[in-house]
This record gives sequence, C-alpha cells and structure tokens, in this order.
Amino acid sequence: MNAAVAQPQASNTAFDVEKVRADFPILSRQVHGKPLVYLDSAASAQKPRQVIEAETRVYEHEYANVHRGVHYLSQAATEKFEATRTRIASFINAPDENEVVFTRGASEAINLVAYSYAGHFLKEGDEILISELEHHSNIVPWQLAAQRNGAVIRAIPIREDGQIDMDAYGDLLGPKTKLVAITAQSNALGIIPPLERMIPMAHDAGAKVLVDGCQAITHRPVDVQAMGCDFFAFSGHKIYGPTGVGGLWGRAELLESMPPWQGGGEMIARVGIEKSTYKGIPHRFEAGTPAIAQVIALKEALDYVDALGMDAIAEHEAMLLDHAVRRLEAMDGVTIIGTSPAKASIVSFLLDGIHPHDIGTIVDREGVAVRVGHHCAQPVMEHYDIAATVRASFGLYNTLAEVDALVASLEKTREIFA
Amino acid sequence: MDDLRDLYQEVILDHGKNPRNFRHPEDANRHAEGDNPLCGDRLTVYLKVGHNGLVEDVAFEGRGCAISMASASMMTEIVAGKTEEEARALFRRFHDFVMGKEEIEGADDEDLEKLIVLAGVKQFPMRVKCATLAWHTMTAAMDGENVVTTE
Ligand SMILES: Cc1ncc(COP(=O)(O)O)c(C=O)c1O
Repeated sequence: MNAAVAQPQASNTAFDVEKVRADFPILSRQVHGKPLVYLDSAASAQKPRQVIEAETRVYEHEYANVHRGVHYLSQAATEKFEATRTRIASFINAPDENEVVFTRGASEAINLVAYSYAGHFLKEGDEILISELEHHSNIVPWQLAAQRNGAVIRAIPIREDGQIDMDAYGDLLGPKTKLVAITAQSNALGIIPPLERMIPMAHDAGAKVLVDGCQAITHRPVDVQAMGCDFFAFSGHKIYGPTGVGGLWGRAELLESMPPWQGGGEMIARVGIEKSTYKGIPHRFEAGTPAIAQVIALKEALDYVDALGMDAIAEHEAMLLDHAVRRLEAMDGVTIIGTSPAKASIVSFLLDGIHPHDIGTIVDREGVAVRVGHHCAQPVMEHYDIAATVRASFGLYNTLAEVDALVASLEKTREIFA
Repeated sequence: MDDLRDLYQEVILDHGKNPRNFRHPEDANRHAEGDNPLCGDRLTVYLKVGHNGLVEDVAFEGRGCAISMASASMMTEIVAGKTEEEARALFRRFHDFVMGKEEIEGADDEDLEKLIVLAGVKQFPMRVKCATLAWHTMTAAMDGENVVTTE
C-alpha cells in the first residue's frame, strides 16, 4: 500500500461492517478463485438474508393473490402487502400512504408520470427540463411523452466538476417550464445536485418536480416533505430489496388528477363492456397482479437499513469514498470524472491509455466487480467526450480493504498493459 | 492470470496502442459506423472497393477497447488486396472461430493464422463483440448499410 496515503481508522460508531457482511450470503463466495469484491451496488445491491428469507416465507406460509379473496391467505397476504406501502410512506416521510404507488421500479414510476401526468397535462410548446446527469430512465420516458403532445425537452447543463450549472438552470426556467425531472444523485458520477435550491426555483416558475431517487434513497435519509418535490421515484433492488418492485410517491392532489395509465384487474371500481370506473389512488395505477412476495420482502429491506440507521450508513460510505478517492488520486494516470465535493458512494474514473472495458475484464479476474461503460447515462459521457468510465460504487457492506483490493487490481491492470 | 495473458498478448497490445491504417482515406467509396452499445465504443470503417470487387484500401477511425482496436487494426492489414468475397469468407471463419465453432490451430490459411492471437476472447464471452465489431462494420459497409450495432 502507498505509504503516502494514511489508512483511515474505522470509526468507532455502532456500525459494525463485519457483522453486516455476515448478513449477506453472497459476499462470502469466490469469483475466479478470489474473494468477491462487490463494487457494483449502484447497478443493483446484494440482499441480506433477512430479505431472502422474507421472500421465501411468503411462498411457504402466506402466499395468495392480494385484494381479491375473502379467504384467510388472501387477507393475510393483502395485509402484509399493504404494510409495505405504509412502511415506504414512513421511510420517505410521505404524509399519506395512499400517495405511494407500487411499480416495477424507478423506470416504471417515471414512465407512469410521463404518461399520465406529462402526457395529459402538457401541451405543445410546454417545456420539460431534465439535466445532463440523468439516467436514461429519466430521459427516454419524457421523450416518449413529448412525441405525443409536442412538449419540448431542454437539458440543464453540468459544469466541468459534474455539478449542475445553476446559472444555466435559472436561465432555462420560465413560464413555459411545466416539469423539472432531476436526479437526487447521479448514478454515473455520484454527484448530488442541490435539490434544496432547485426545487423551490422550479416551483417559483410554476413547474412541478419529479425527483429520481433511485440512487439517493440507498445512501441517505429521504424526506419527501422536507425536500418539497411533487413526485419521487425509486427501485427496491437498489436498497437491498428484491427485484421487480419499486415505487412512486406523488402528492395526493396530483395523483388524483391523473388518469390511469394501464388497464386491468385491481385498478377498477366497476367494469362494463363499453366503459369502466376506476378505483381511487393508489390502486388506480396498479393494474394486474403485483409482485406480491417482492413487495412484502421489500419491507424487510427498509427495516434492515433503518435498523442500521441511514445516517450511520451514509457515514460509513463517506469513509469508503474518501479512502477510494485518496488512493486513486495517489495513482499515476488516474482521472476522476465528477470532482464536485457534493457526492456520495460512487467514484467514476479513467486510467490513462487503458480502456475501461479492458480494465473491467482484468479486475474481474481478481474478483473485483466494477461497472464499466456509459452507465445508462450517455449524455454525461458526451459532456466529457468519453465513451465510458470505470465506476466503483459502494454499499453498506463494503470495507476499506475492498477499496485497497480495487486499487491493487488496477495496479495489476497497469502491469499487463505496461 | 494466464487467461488474461492470452487475451492481452503483446501483438494485441501493440495493435491496440498503435493501430494501423487509423485514418480516413479521401478516396474511400464505402463506409459504415459500428457501435457497441454495451460499452459505447464506436468506429467507422472506410473501404475503397475497385470495379472488380477488389478491396484496394481499408482503414478505420474511432475509439474502443484494446481488443476492438487491435482486431480492427489487424483486419485492415489482412483485408487490403482481397476481394470482397474473400474478405467476407474470412470473417465467417473468424467469427465461427471466436464463437468456438471452429478450430483454426494450424489452419491452412495464413490470414486466419494471424488472427489466432485473438483466440483469448473465447474465454471472455462478453468480449467477443469487441473482437468482431470492426468486421461486422466492414461487411455492413460492403452491403451499403451505413450503421451497424452489435446488439
Ligand atoms: C439514477 C437512476 N435512475 C433510474 C434507474 C432505473 O432503475 P430501474 O432499472 O430499477 O428501473 C437507475 C438504475 O440504474 C438509476 O441509477
């Protein structure tokens, strides 16, 4: 290890990373004969035993379709299912659990708003602002909506350090702005936009704000009321929960004004052959049989992180990021993309003369799982005129030694290319 | 590590760092863009094809990983002077080879022999597309399709 870089002391708070790791069965496996070093939680997080067991328990003990039966199991499953809705509401401090709509994930949540809100209430010439930091899931749904109603999408530029250009944002906002769709944390660079300033500015201009909380929700406490947004989208699988489930929070008055976007069972009050009436919120937006077991197990994931404490998790991850940045900066030929200090849990970088794809392949043989590519955020890559980066992302179970393993595997990459 | 040394042989690293025929020939009469959406790599292959179907010049520009750059660079050296048909036939055999469908160890064909250095990708299924991108792009240019993606 580089002597110039001091090893930070693990903080002596209650956060015990070894104990946490013991909860994640997959972390004890090997990859290519090396211990797994999983640094790709921003793509999807691993699951603790508590979540895995909760999902199994549903199928073994309490499984039936929800909202449909008078029999015991259906009622039990429905109760558990709805308990997750209540839990999400408390987790993000939503005023009312009926403002929480289950979706397959953040992408579907954003598509819901794009279709049902933007698709119906925006007219030709109205403007939707998105930033250059957005994940494709917070770009393409708006393009689809705009194609239908003639709305115009405008991009808020970022500065060289990856942070939102607030002057440009101020200039873009105007009477035509009807919606601002912005990430609470970039998945490609880890940058955290100043939503505390951006949201009031949007509201002053008369626009609604959708926050893509997919990354942010896993790294720090979320309070949608304090944040002041109008919609908030997230995915369960990023916060140590199951795949196939996520949610949309929206202000009740907005959700109530929005027409359904998918038809089917569950979302209707009464169906005739020509015409039907719909349920109120949130069920109006939940057509068809949902991901029952996954929804129920998602509660376990939220309980899990809450028990550790989102603040303690944020502190642990800040220590990892700090160590990673210092060790990477101490290496020759490393360029970190996105150097704004407002960032968390993610470091995206380049290694001089070696393509990220080659780096990804080589470090993988050392058991180190990083993501290489454009991270579903091609506008960010275009901004920096690069095709790809290497991204290491940290979760609550990562350790300082794993950061060191990443650096060692990068040194090895360099040897091969020497 | 041995798999890695196989993948990143000297020849490949050399072609990757100093790609041959990395240029845009003024007199090219065919070209196509190849795109690997997985990694965002993009390259353009330029051909100058004579009336007799002879590939008189082949060059490329773009950016990509060591494997895709090396494969493109080697392709330009091997394909120049061949007919379109010969070039296509060579790609078919090379493709079968990296897909593990054909062995070319000690092949009768000295062009294929040169491409054996790319054999390492067989152990890295995610990287086969990198090794074939330039070749797909070349055939697209021959077919008059101007854009090709590996997806
Ligand atoms: C910032 C951000 N938004 C949206 C998404 C889409 O999430 P999902 O694929 O779970 O719908 C992701 C996931 O990669 C993300 O990181």
